[in-house]
Amino acid sequence: MSMKIRFPGALTTIQDAGRFGFQHMGVSPSGAMDILSMEQANALAGNPQGEEVLEFTLAGPMLTFTRDTIVGLSGADMDMKLNGTPVSPGTSFPVHAGDELISGFARRGCRAYLSVQGGFDVPVIMGSRSTNLKCGLGGFHGRALQAGDELPFRKEADISSFTPRALPVSMPEGELVIHVIPGPQDDYFTGKGNQTFYKETYKITENSDRMGYRLAGPLVESQAGVDIISDGIVFGSVQITPDGMPIIMMADHQTTGGYAKIATVISSDLPLLGQLKPGDSLRFEKISMEKAQESYRNMIKQIREMF
Amino acid sequence: MSEVHYLASGDTALTVDFGNIISETINQQVMALRDEITKQNWNGIVATVPTFRSLFIQYDPCVLSHEELCRRLETLHLTLNTKHLPVHRIIEIPVCYGARFGPDLRDGEKLTGLSADEIIALHSGHNYRIYMLGFLPGFPYLGGLDERICMPRLATPRTRIPAGSVGIGGSQTGIYPVDSPGGWRLIGATPLTLYDPSREHPIPYKSGDYIRFVPVDISDYYDIRREAERGAYSFRFLDASAVSEGGDTL
Repeated sequence: MSMKIRFPGALTTIQDAGRFGFQHMGVSPSGAMDILSMEQANALAGNPQGEEVLEFTLAGPMLTFTRDTIVGLSGADMDMKLNGTPVSPGTSFPVHAGDELISGFARRGCRAYLSVQGGFDVPVIMGSRSTNLKCGLGGFHGRALQAGDELPFRKEADISSFTPRALPVSMPEGELVIHVIPGPQDDYFTGKGNQTFYKETYKITENSDRMGYRLAGPLVESQAGVDIISDGIVFGSVQITPDGMPIIMMADHQTTGGYAKIATVISSDLPLLGQLKPGDSLRFEKISMEKAQESYRNMIKQIREMF
Repeated sequence: MSEVHYLASGDTALTVDFGNIISETINQQVMALRDEITKQNWNGIVATVPTFRSLFIQYDPCVLSHEELCRRLETLHLTLNTKHLPVHRIIEIPVCYGARFGPDLRDGEKLTGLSADEIIALHSGHNYRIYMLGFLPGFPYLGGLDERICMPRLATPRTRIPAGSVGIGGSQTGIYPVDSPGGWRLIGATPLTLYDPSREHPIPYKSGDYIRFVPVDISDYYDIRREAERGAYSFRFLDASAVSEGGDTL
């Protein structure tokens, strides 16, 4: 009852909704970079909300199923083929023992999510099955999948009861507008610095991963440096480094950080942000707390309604 | 209590800022607020992360709005003024100094002009406040290193420091709970397993506790280590009254 990894792709890890409540010990939450697509994959496979899935990055894996199961796919379009037949994100389909799934490079978006009905048989550690790469914790032996790994399923799926389902997938296209709430340390930057931050376009550099996206663009001017006494960080915090460049802290972010944070990306924009790849461009736009929290509640409602 | 600022960290978190300085008083206020929020047990609180000078509160906006949370915290803050100071708790961390566990202790003698025994006595003769945990699981930011045993970091950091190593980096001292790269000078190691995700409390201490390093010899080191590996070791905590002797000031 498993799948065998023939080729792991660029970075394939097990992720769920994240490991929360341990940040005070220095353990970052991790979890899917695009929670919306992760939950879509679960809904498509007939799983409950919050089940763990595989997250593929930029180039997906080649894998062989050793048992029948039902698969849900969402997120980036990685040109995937099941036994040579194309399969699209936003769909579900049965697979049989011996079937082979091959994925290519991400054409739209950056991360694809694959779920199997019943989930993967890996231990729950501190309340989650998410892989925390930095701490070597959770997921499959605390690491990314490698060629030769055999990833067991938790449940035998009944494929005779399969009914196909589809969900609409939306991936970012062109320059993305990312909504943020200013602060907590926006007062560390000059009027000009704040203006630059909200006016200019920033590009995601190669030096970006699940921990953070380093951006390149016009320098954000600070009043007198960006060093602060370390304080708490959230998925979406935008730090400015001493060279004036923004870093957006992503799912594997450190729990605390010592650079001033000019703004924080709103939760309902994180799924699309998680689908950006190096070379993509974005612009920051302010939004009010009321609108951001309303938008958050709508996203949670949208997720619940998938199940 | 000092003036506090409620700073939005996006739509799911709030930073309660007590001031941009490192001081024991401010850090105590941070811990007092953390303890009070834990006690209140409000619905919708996802996580609290105390740091040197602020409390980071993550919450669920489906349950609590930003406004509502700020309103509750302001009410709480008013009552905190006259309430308890957190109870001091000191955890004993046995350390085997020098030898293979502290490869930089000899260099430390040259850097400080003190003998190894003097360095050990100064390092272990003190209760260190845990101002916050971060960087690695269970990595404590400690205050109060004696300035006579401050040592510059290594020019070239080691690529792997084994879990349990005790080091000094500039004016800070600390323990590496997990294997990690790092540039601190290693003066010893604890046989304890400080981080174990399968334990009910993966980390035995929390921010606001104190750490006391207790020198042990190499045979004790291995005895304790065997005990710890069997899961038979119980962490030893000293009671509050002992704190005042050790000097808990910065």
